[in-house]
Amino acid sequence: MENLIFEKSQPGRKGYQLPALDVPSIDPAGVLPKASLRQHLAELPEMSELDVVRHYTRLSQLNFSIDTHFYPLGSCTMKYNPKVNETIANFTGFKAVHPLQPASTVQGFLQVYYELERMLAEICGMAEFTLQPSAGAHGELAGLLIARAYHKYKGNPRKTVIVPDSAHGTNPASAMIAGYHVVTVKSDAKGAIDLAALKAALNQDTAVFMLTNPSTLGLFETHVKEIAKMVHDVGALLYLDGANMNALVGLVRPGDLGFDIMHLNLHKTFSTPHGGGGPAAGPVGVSQALTPFLPVPRVRKTEQGYSLEETSPLSIGKMRAFNGNSLILLRAYIYIRCLGREGVRKNTEIAILNANYLRVKLRDYYQLAIDEPCMHECIFTAAKQKPKGVRTLDIAKRLLDYGYHPPTIYFPLIVEEAMMIEPTETESKQTLDQFIEAMRLIAQEAERDPEKLKHAPYTTPVRRLDEVKAAREPNLRWKPSDKPIVSPVDPARR
Amino acid sequence: MSTSRRYAKSHEWIRVEGTLGTVGISDHAQKEVTDVVYVEVAKTGKVVKAGDEATTLESVKAAFSIYAPVSGTITKSNLALDGDPGLINKSPYDEGWIFALEISDPAELDKLMSEEQYQKFLTSGEAAAHH
Amino acid sequence: MTNAGDGSAPFSCIISNTMDFTPHTEAERKEMLADIGVSSFKELVKNLPIMEEDLKIPSGLSEGEMVRLGHELGSKNQAAPRLSSYLGAGAYEHFSPAAVSALMSRGEFLTSYTPYQPEVSQGTLQTLYEFQSMICDLTAMDVTNTGMYEGASALAEAVLLALRETGRKKVLIPRSLHPDYKTVLSTYTSESGTQLIEIPFKDGQLDLGFVAKNLTSEVAAVVIQNPNFFGIVEPAEAIAPLAQAASALYIASVNPISLGLLTPPGEYGADIAVGEGQSLGIAPGFGGPYLGLFACKTKWLRKMPGRLVGQTVDVDGRRAFVLTLQAREQHIRREKATSNVCTTTALIAAGSTFYMSLLGKQGLRDLAYQNLAKARYAFDQLTQIPGVRAAFKAPIFNEFVLQTTTPVETLQQRLLECGVVAGLPIKKWYPELENASLWCVTETKTKADIDFLVKTLRGVL
Repeated sequence: MENLIFEKSQPGRKGYQLPALDVPSIDPAGVLPKASLRQHLAELPEMSELDVVRHYTRLSQLNFSIDTHFYPLGSCTMKYNPKVNETIANFTGFKAVHPLQPASTVQGFLQVYYELERMLAEICGMAEFTLQPSAGAHGELAGLLIARAYHKYKGNPRKTVIVPDSAHGTNPASAMIAGYHVVTVKSDAKGAIDLAALKAALNQDTAVFMLTNPSTLGLFETHVKEIAKMVHDVGALLYLDGANMNALVGLVRPGDLGFDIMHLNLHKTFSTPHGGGGPAAGPVGVSQALTPFLPVPRVRKTEQGYSLEETSPLSIGKMRAFNGNSLILLRAYIYIRCLGREGVRKNTEIAILNANYLRVKLRDYYQLAIDEPCMHECIFTAAKQKPKGVRTLDIAKRLLDYGYHPPTIYFPLIVEEAMMIEPTETESKQTLDQFIEAMRLIAQEAERDPEKLKHAPYTTPVRRLDEVKAAREPNLRWKPSDKPIVSPVDPARR
Repeated sequence: MSTSRRYAKSHEWIRVEGTLGTVGISDHAQKEVTDVVYVEVAKTGKVVKAGDEATTLESVKAAFSIYAPVSGTITKSNLALDGDPGLINKSPYDEGWIFALEISDPAELDKLMSEEQYQKFLTSGEAAAHH
Repeated sequence: MTNAGDGSAPFSCIISNTMDFTPHTEAERKEMLADIGVSSFKELVKNLPIMEEDLKIPSGLSEGEMVRLGHELGSKNQAAPRLSSYLGAGAYEHFSPAAVSALMSRGEFLTSYTPYQPEVSQGTLQTLYEFQSMICDLTAMDVTNTGMYEGASALAEAVLLALRETGRKKVLIPRSLHPDYKTVLSTYTSESGTQLIEIPFKDGQLDLGFVAKNLTSEVAAVVIQNPNFFGIVEPAEAIAPLAQAASALYIASVNPISLGLLTPPGEYGADIAVGEGQSLGIAPGFGGPYLGLFACKTKWLRKMPGRLVGQTVDVDGRRAFVLTLQAREQHIRREKATSNVCTTTALIAAGSTFYMSLLGKQGLRDLAYQNLAKARYAFDQLTQIPGVRAAFKAPIFNEFVLQTTTPVETLQQRLLECGVVAGLPIKKWYPELENASLWCVTETKTKADIDFLVKTLRGVL
C-alpha cells in the first residue's frame, strides 16, 4: 500500500513552473470585489514532479488491467485496447482542437464524425446515429427521450417503459429519468422473454420495450421478430441495449430485426479503453421515423465540405455541451477502419468461439446455468460448490490469487450465484487453457479446503475489505487533521 | 393492550400500545439483510396504507423496502439508527425499532401473524417469496 | 511461392494485410471447434438470422496505413499552438504538464476496469479518493463524487436532485448561463413539468432584485454560473440568504481554475457545486472526453449521483479504498436510484488529480492569477482600439465580451487568415448585444501574442 499524496506533501514544493508573467502585474483586490476573493488556499499537495510521478506510477502498479491481466467480465467485453488508437488520438491535430472552432478548421474531426456515424449505421442496420452521448446509460436516456419526443409528436407521450427482470440496472433507472413508469416482465428460466407475460404487459400506455440481445444470459432472443411485431402492434417502440453487440457485429443487424432505437458501448464492442471507469461513449442509432428527434448538432456533408447543423425543430436538444467525447469516438473510428468489414466479422466469430470453448471446458467443474451453445458469454453458477458453503464471491476472490480478474458476479439477478464469463476474441487459446486450469484448481479447493476460499484473496495488495465500515462510517476525503496511518509494514509484499 | 408482536409476511413486526404501533424487522429478516449500513428516516406525518413502503434500509450490496404492516400515520423514527444502524442487527426487536405510527384501523392487526404463526411461516416455502 | 520445409510458409501479407488482434491460428480454431463438438462455426449460430451480404464498410488497413490516414485526418484540423485561439466558452486551453499525459497513458490506469474488485484496484481507488479530497478542498464542499460526463449534464443532475428532494417544479437559471448548459437542462427536465425561469442580467451580472422577487417557496433551486458565460464574476454571496429563506437549493456551476483566486462555492453557501473539470490539465479534444464535477454538502450525500470512493481497512488492518454507498446507484436501486449513471470518466478525473498535484497549492493560485492578469491586459489593450468596446463593466476572470463596429463574421474571417481564432460570436443567444463576441485569454498567450492580436485587429477595423 501507498501513503496518500497529502501525507507525502512538503510545504513549498512545486511540481510545475509557469512562464514568468510578461504583462503588467495587477492587484486582484483592485479588479475584483473583496467578497469574491478566496481567503484560504485549497490544500493541494506540494510535491516535486518526480515525487508526483513516482506516487502515481506506484499506485498504478497496484491495479489489474487488460494490459496485464485477463478479464473475463461478462457483458463488459474487456478486449485488447489497440495502441495504434492511442498514438493517433494523441496527435496535436486532434488533442489540441477547441470544440467551437470554425468548421473550416475542424474538417478532420467532422469527417471522422460523419464516417463513424455511417459505419455504425451500416453495422447496426439503423438509419442514423448520434455520437453525442458519453456513456451507455447516457445513450439509454437519449434514446428514451427520443422515443418520448416521437410519441408526443404523434399526440400521446404514453406512460410506461417495459423492462425484463434480467436487464442491466441502467435500463429502469434511465426510464425513470425520462419520466416513465417502469413495468418489469419476467424472463423464463433461460433468460428469454416470456412472450405471454410481455403480451399481458403491452398496451396503449407502453412507450418502449427495452431488450438486451443477446440477453444478459448470453443467448440470442430467438423470438425477437415476434417481439418486435407485438411491440409495434400496440404502437410502441423497440429499444436495443447494445451492450452485447460483440456477439452480433457482422453477423446480425439490430435494424433488420425490427429495433427502432439502440445504443452502443464503444468502450465495450469497439475497443476504447475503460480507464478505470470511463471515459466512454454511447452512440444512439434510430430508425428513419425517429431521425428528426436526434440531438443537435448534426454533421452534414456538402460539396464545400463538412458542417454542423445547429438547429432542428423536433430535436430533443442536447445531452451534453459540445459534440461528444471526440477523442473516444476517434479511437472507435480507427478500430473499425483497421479491422474493416472482414475483420469486424471475424472478431465476432472468434468471440463466440472462445466463449463456447470455455463453456464446454468449465462445465465439468461448475454448474452451467443453461446447457446450450452460447454466444459471446456463458453463465455458470456456484451450485456445485454450495454444499461446502462456498459462494460465487469466494470463487471470485480466489481467482485474484491466480492472477485473473473475476468474471461478472451476481448479475443477471435472475440467476442465483451467477458467474458470467466473456473472454472476448483477443484472448489466445493458451490464456483460456490457463484460466480453465485455475478454475479447475479452485473447484478442487472448494471441495477439499473450502475455508481457504472463504478468506481469499491472500496475495493481492490488500485483502477483503470491511465494506460495512466504509458504508457506516463514510470517509470520503482526506482532511488536514487526519493523522498519517502507521501501516503494518510487510517486507514480503513490496 | 398487547405487548406481543404481530408479523407481516414481508417480515416486519409491530408492537401495539393503545393506538400507537412500533415497527421493526424480524430476526430472520435482519439475518437476510446482513449488516445494515443505513436507514432512511421515515417521514413524520406520512400517511400509509397497509403494505405501502414506509422507508428503506441499505446493506452494502442491496436496498430493502420496509412496509407498513397496518395503515396509519407515521409519528416518529428511531434516530439512534443514524449513528448505529447495526442496532437493527444486534437488537431487532428492541433497540433496533425503525418507526412508530398512529394506527388508523386496529382491525387490520388481526390479518397479521402471531409469533407462533410467523415461526411456522418461516419454515414453510412461502417465506422465501417475501422480501 | 516455395514450400521447402519449415520457415518457408507462404508470405501471409500477400493474402491479407489488415490489423487483426485475434491470436488464433487455423489449427487452434479447428481444435477448439472439435472440443466444443461442432464441425464448423456456422453450427454455433445456426439458429440466428445471419445476414447474407458483407457489411458495406471499407476493407481493413495495416497499421502503417492507418497511421498515415490518421495524419491525413489530423492535418485537416487546425490546432493550437500553431493556431492562436481566443476561444473559451466552457472549454479552455491551458498548459498541461507532460507528466499528466504520461501517467494517464500507463496501461494500468488506461486499460483497467471499474474498481468493483477493490483488492486489485487500489491504484484507481486511491487516486480517485485523492481526487475527491482535492475537489472538496477546491470547492470548500463536504463530499465529491468521482466525476460525471461533463459540466452541463452534471448541472442537470444537480437540478434533478433538487426537483426530487423538494418536490417543487420551478428552477431559476441565469440568462447568462452557457447556452449549451441551458439546452441540456431543458432536455433533461422537459418531461417533468419543470419550469425553467431565466434571471435577467444587468451589466452582465445577475439581477439580484429579480432573484429576490422570484425565489419563492415554489422554487426547487436557484442556479448560478460563476464566472458566468460572459466571463463575469457574480455576487455569489448574495444568493445564499435568499435561497435559505425559500428553502430552495443553491447550485453553483464553477470554473475550477478560477477557484485558485475566487471564493469557493462552499464558502458562499451553495448546497451543490458543479462544473467542468477539463481545464484541470485535460486536452480540449474537440469537446471530450471531459470531466463533470459534482460536490455538495453532507446533507445531500445519500441523494447524490455518481460513484464514491471511501476509506476503510482490510482484514489485516491495512488502510484500503473501496467504492461505497453503492446502494444509491442503478445496479442496486434500479428505477429508484439517485441517477442512471454507470461508467463516467474515471481516467479524466485521474488526469486532473495528476495535474492538481503537479501545480500544487501555490501553483493553482499563480495560474489563476496569470489568467486574470493576461485577460486584463488583453481587455485593456483591445478596448482602446477605436471600434471596440467592452459590453459590460462588471469584474471578469479570464473571459470578456467585446462589441465591435465591424460585424463579427468579418472579423473572424480576417483574423483566421492570420492564424488567429477570434472570440466566439454570441449574438444568436443575445441578439440585443450587437456584434458581440466572447474572448478568452489564458496563461498560454504571451504578451507578444496579445500585442499581435491587437495590431491585427486594429488593421481590420
